[in-house]
Amino acid sequence: MSVPAVVFYILSFFILAAGLLAVTSRKIFRSAIWLLFSLTGIAGLYFWLQMEFIAAVQIVVYVGGIVVLIIFSIFLTQQSGKDLPAPVRSRAIFSALAVCAGFMLTWVMIRRYDLHPAGQGTIDASVGNIGSQMLSTSAHGYVLPFEVISILLLAAMIGCIVIAIKTKPGDK
Amino acid sequence: MNQVPLSHILFVSTALFFIGMYGLFTRRNMITMLMSVELILNSVNINFIAFNKYLYPEKLEGVFFSLFIIAIAAAEAAVAIAIIINLYRNLRSIDVEDANEMKF
Repeated sequence: MSVPAVVFYILSFFILAAGLLAVTSRKIFRSAIWLLFSLTGIAGLYFWLQMEFIAAVQIVVYVGGIVVLIIFSIFLTQQSGKDLPAPVRSRAIFSALAVCAGFMLTWVMIRRYDLHPAGQGTIDASVGNIGSQMLSTSAHGYVLPFEVISILLLAAMIGCIVIAIKTKPGDK
Repeated sequence: MNQVPLSHILFVSTALFFIGMYGLFTRRNMITMLMSVELILNSVNINFIAFNKYLYPEKLEGVFFSLFIIAIAAAEAAVAIAIIINLYRNLRSIDVEDANEMKF
């Protein structure tokens, strides 16, 4: 087994173990930290696939943005040292069964397909290439989704302010 | 990277997706459910990148889909946390079982 393969298997074990701990840990703060490790591992997987820009975006947006937001909301909403209530036993068992069944089904379907890598072409995932294609108006350009998503981000920002704004008592 | 077949990467992303589903089924706390949703979205991103890299190496469509998914996930997390904080202010709890009415 070569070095890149070993790196891949270590990374995937790390991602899956941290993800599993993130959904099963009984302390909510630890759960958020495990989520952070899992997302960092996914960024490492993107580095392994030589998609440096996506890996950087993953670290900046997920690790630096979303996880920090989640940790802040944990601090705002509850005592972080307190244990979460354990899931109802029957619910945990049945959801584990359903998840295993779904996983098996998906894995069988993946195994049925013969996914041969298309060997020749080399991918040019440099930032310059991504940027020029993102803003191009020609056949494979993404300028319309880009504009739509900027409207979406603006709408989300305004929506967050409107939802989370504190109304004074007697001000309804 | 060619020593690792594509199906192994798909195995990782499928496992991550179903780990997220397990969290979504068992957790009853809104913030932990949001974390499970983030895991699910990330597993989809891994799929897009891996397919782009292995099957269509001369194009960049998977990269763009991943970028847009990441942007939408950020917007979704921000709105979800605003809603959670607003609910906590009204109900003093972020358990989904307690949020059983839509009008205050």
